[in-house]
Amino acid sequence: MNITEKILARAAGKTSISPDDVVFVNVDKVMVHDVSGPGVIAVFEKLKKKGMKIEKLWDASKVWVAEDHFVPSADMVSAQNIVLLSEFTKQFGISKHFKYGMGQYGICHTLSHEEAMVLPGEVYVGGDSHTNTTGALGAFAAGLGHTDIAYVLLNGKIWFKVPKTLYFKLNGKLPNHVMAKDFILKIIGDIGTDGAAYKTIQFGGNGISEMSIEERLTLTNMTTEAGAKSGIIEPDQKTRDYLDIRGAIKYDEVHSDIDAQYEEIYEYEASELEPIVAKPFSPENIAEARDLTTTALDKAYIGSCTGAKYEDLQAVARILKGRHVKIRTEILPAAISIFRKAMDEGLIKIFMDAGAVVGPPTCGACCGAHMGVLAKDEVCISTTNRNFPGRMGHVESKTYLASPLVVAASAVNGKITDPRDLK
Amino acid sequence: MKPFKTIKSIAAPLDKVNVDTDQIIPKQFLKLIQKTGFGQYLFYDWRFTKDGLPKEDFILNNLKYRDSKILLTRDNFGCGSSREHAAWALLEFGFLVVISPSFADIFYNNCFKNGILPIKLENKKIESLFRTDSEIEVNLENQTITTPNETITFEIDGHRKKTLLEGLDDISITLQHEEKISQYEKSRIIY
Repeated sequence: MNITEKILARAAGKTSISPDDVVFVNVDKVMVHDVSGPGVIAVFEKLKKKGMKIEKLWDASKVWVAEDHFVPSADMVSAQNIVLLSEFTKQFGISKHFKYGMGQYGICHTLSHEEAMVLPGEVYVGGDSHTNTTGALGAFAAGLGHTDIAYVLLNGKIWFKVPKTLYFKLNGKLPNHVMAKDFILKIIGDIGTDGAAYKTIQFGGNGISEMSIEERLTLTNMTTEAGAKSGIIEPDQKTRDYLDIRGAIKYDEVHSDIDAQYEEIYEYEASELEPIVAKPFSPENIAEARDLTTTALDKAYIGSCTGAKYEDLQAVARILKGRHVKIRTEILPAAISIFRKAMDEGLIKIFMDAGAVVGPPTCGACCGAHMGVLAKDEVCISTTNRNFPGRMGHVESKTYLASPLVVAASAVNGKITDPRDLK
Repeated sequence: MKPFKTIKSIAAPLDKVNVDTDQIIPKQFLKLIQKTGFGQYLFYDWRFTKDGLPKEDFILNNLKYRDSKILLTRDNFGCGSSREHAAWALLEFGFLVVISPSFADIFYNNCFKNGILPIKLENKKIESLFRTDSEIEVNLENQTITTPNETITFEIDGHRKKTLLEGLDDISITLQHEEKISQYEKSRIIY
């Protein structure tokens, strides 16, 4: 069995399972945020109206809550939602509630790894499609709808059809001008936005062993854009070190068997990868950055769970150091712990010296919520994950998706720019 | 959830691939905390101009399809964000069946939780439905779609078929066994 099958088998109490088997698994961790949380509360309210008593959750210690989409409160309705979420966690005794402006806070998927909320070998479900992100730590991580999350909160179990696995092998270390974002955009371009529908994408090979945990998280994060049920990477010493400094030392790693089966194996040579940009209006609509150098831009956005981790900010700083931005550039670190580190290490100063604005952690404009949304006809290059019509604001705005290096280089030139071509 | 009955209606043809949940229900409407009120915002940016007037060329603004209960569409319907509001909006607008060659996974699951029947059909059969311009009948019990010209069969998981037909939701099903669950919990040896 491969890692995904082994994790699901263990959680189902079975010794062996195969793709397409339907298994009822015990869940280890559940997450909701300020959109899915109120959604779950709405489901609970409906059940209560039908006469059901809901007095306790299956296990409040396994549930955690983030506030990220509409914070800082975008308007009165979102403020009300945050209050509702606090009442919810208080009522059910959920102590892991990352309240905005109280200690650690930020985007849920970023907190999942920054705070080691999810560990190797676990089954983790979240009320958000990018829950796949945390699979980079060697967990089974998948997004669910509000009703399914409500079900897990009450029962601690959920059924899954065991997904088939597509294995993406990366040979060699990525060149300096190429990031994990380029690799995943290339994959989505190659297999399409439904290329992995109902399937798991697993990454491996010596190119992945060479890659940092944060870069690996970019890969699993955007498996969602290929339609994947989950994304996963086998844990190794880098995973252990990453978790160790976050105080997580006890967990049961799972690894693929030597004779593990995959539905398909794709191989990529790191040395052949180029800086990639996904053009409007789909993440699969890719081109090489060097083929788009005449595309004029109005704005650069560096944010989200995909593209505002610490190393993403380091990449941006590499480019912006000693340079000035030519277009509006907004940088929103994905969690306050990352913001603080960027401040302590001098990155924030580099950004401000370059003329960019630095904002608080939030999903913000990535999902078109607030804090930097786009006007009609505005053209943005962004480190985020989706560029559907209207995703970041007006339906007639345009978003190009790219790596932090390409976005920063483009901010300096005002046009789409390959980082190698920056003067 | 209401039990799923046989549906007879004209199918609204939405001839697009990769329809994502941002288009089904745009982000500005996600803040509502109740489970209702989303139908009026379904496909908002496609249905309305910036002044809030109906766009005449959008299929759901065609009077012929206004009361349609069946949505016919293309590959990878419901991709993108996991927002269950997408299923809520479709249901409230009146759609009880969505027919497509393929669905995004989370959306597909969300449909069943809300009494919507998502039907996966191979492209050849979808083409034939796109050419049908009269009422069709969807019979879940028999797993058939009947048009004036043909009867098409479709596959569906047995458990999901049962829950839709009986209008059961997963949570209610489990809690029907509440007594047994608590007996089991009590008898379990605590290590």
